[in-house]
Amino acid sequence: MQWRSLVLQLFGPYHGMRAEDDFLQGEVMFDGAPLTVVGTTNHAPIGVRLALAQARVVLDTIAKHPGRPLLLLIDTQGQQLRRRDELLGINRAMAHLGTTIDLARRRGHRVIGLVYDQALSGGFITSGLIADACYALPEAEIRVMRIPAMARVTKLPEAMLTALSQSNPVFAPGVQNYVAMGGVRALWQGDLQAALRDALAHTPTEDLRARDGAERGGRRLAATVMQCVLDAA
Amino acid sequence: MISYAECSARERLALLLDPGSFHEWLPPIERITSPHLAQLGVPSAFDDGVAIGRATLDGHSVFVAAQEGAFMGGGVGEVHGAKLTGLLQRALRDRPAAVLLLAESGGVRLHEANAGLIAVSEVMRALLDVRAAGVPVIVLIGGANGCFGGMGIVARCADHIVMSDVGRLAMSGPEVIEASHGVDEFDSRDRALVWRTTGGKHRWITGDCDALVEDDVTAFREAAIAAIGAANPLTLEALEDEHVLLTGRLFALPADHADQDEALLLWRAIGVAVAEHVPAMSVEAVRALRIL
Repeated sequence: MQWRSLVLQLFGPYHGMRAEDDFLQGEVMFDGAPLTVVGTTNHAPIGVRLALAQARVVLDTIAKHPGRPLLLLIDTQGQQLRRRDELLGINRAMAHLGTTIDLARRRGHRVIGLVYDQALSGGFITSGLIADACYALPEAEIRVMRIPAMARVTKLPEAMLTALSQSNPVFAPGVQNYVAMGGVRALWQGDLQAALRDALAHTPTEDLRARDGAERGGRRLAATVMQCVLDAA
Repeated sequence: MISYAECSARERLALLLDPGSFHEWLPPIERITSPHLAQLGVPSAFDDGVAIGRATLDGHSVFVAAQEGAFMGGGVGEVHGAKLTGLLQRALRDRPAAVLLLAESGGVRLHEANAGLIAVSEVMRALLDVRAAGVPVIVLIGGANGCFGGMGIVARCADHIVMSDVGRLAMSGPEVIEASHGVDEFDSRDRALVWRTTGGKHRWITGDCDALVEDDVTAFREAAIAAIGAANPLTLEALEDEHVLLTGRLFALPADHADQDEALLLWRAIGVAVAEHVPAMSVEAVRALRIL
């Protein structure tokens, strides 16, 4: 979905959101209360600059508006694959974004992630995946790598991976698989305002993704293994 | 002197920790392996490529994890990631003096990509819980596979990073960048360029690691002992300082570099006058260059 169409549905015509190149931000009213929105569009590659721009909004929200909820709008092709970004410490900039979001959560801000178009690996891990919980639109795409590229890197036949992706959510791109594995808490369908309202009211603050993955059958071992470590003699 | 890079994960544990003190949880004899690799016909490991447990370090109680780079490049799959998260959750409960993470990883294990990606984010959240509780998480980086992808981010979420000059810390590997944008963007076979971009000396000069050591297990042990008191819980002020530092770095590196080496430009901008000599300098000499 286009970001303009999304925010129109969520916040109405006077939303006040603005895009500056691939960067989205705004302070919107939702159900009579202010909400900080930050994110990216145009399948943005997340490099140092975009990671810092998002972190700036989160830090300002913590400093100026204690407790105000944050909505992260995710549309990214993943991390910026450039040598310059690596030299500048893109992993540190990503960690900075992730730790600012984590601090917001610890200081009582609700942080909701929404994949409204596309999410890939590095651009996703310190945004939606470090929120209190991440949601997605049904038509969104989430993946680590495309199957042909995955076949190249793993040296496994593409046909084999394609066949396995039909039955095993661990391999296949697709938002339903992330729901089954607990990485996406739920899909937002129909009335998006109702979905956001519900998310703001009922999103858990602890990390329940391993438990959800086990209950939904998409990631059967993670929760058990974690518990085994806690119980080991 | 024993090369840290050439040791296996278990050799590192045996040599780094107090002798005989490592008590492993979910050891290989329990055969908790990846169900996904078996489905692909790929060999699995009885520890899924990571050993976790408790130990003592210079008499202090520590929890420790060591990733095995020889197994799938230390890639994080569902079980591997859950072992790390479980260890961190247990540290939050039991409050050891520190958690040591002997990181060697290419990041998410692509063979179980979706599960691995979620697993890395679970590690990240669990690590930040431990850090917020005031238990220092100390990351050691010196394995031949480096510390990349999601684990490169995890490392930067920790309290303290120890690197050797042969260690590498970054996000995307040079091969991936070369495959995406061509050899002119990043020649992955140019080892000097790879190390100027991701290696221990560069990370030390820029302040991306907290200690730079020789490729020697004893040096890593001493640096880890020194870091036990280095708890550094995150505050808004600390994150504002980090933001200023990273923003300054972004603008310190000129966009138009006119074919000059960007690493050297950045080091000079940071204040290292002898930038061109850094690659050939000893670890001890490079340690003295730290300005940040």
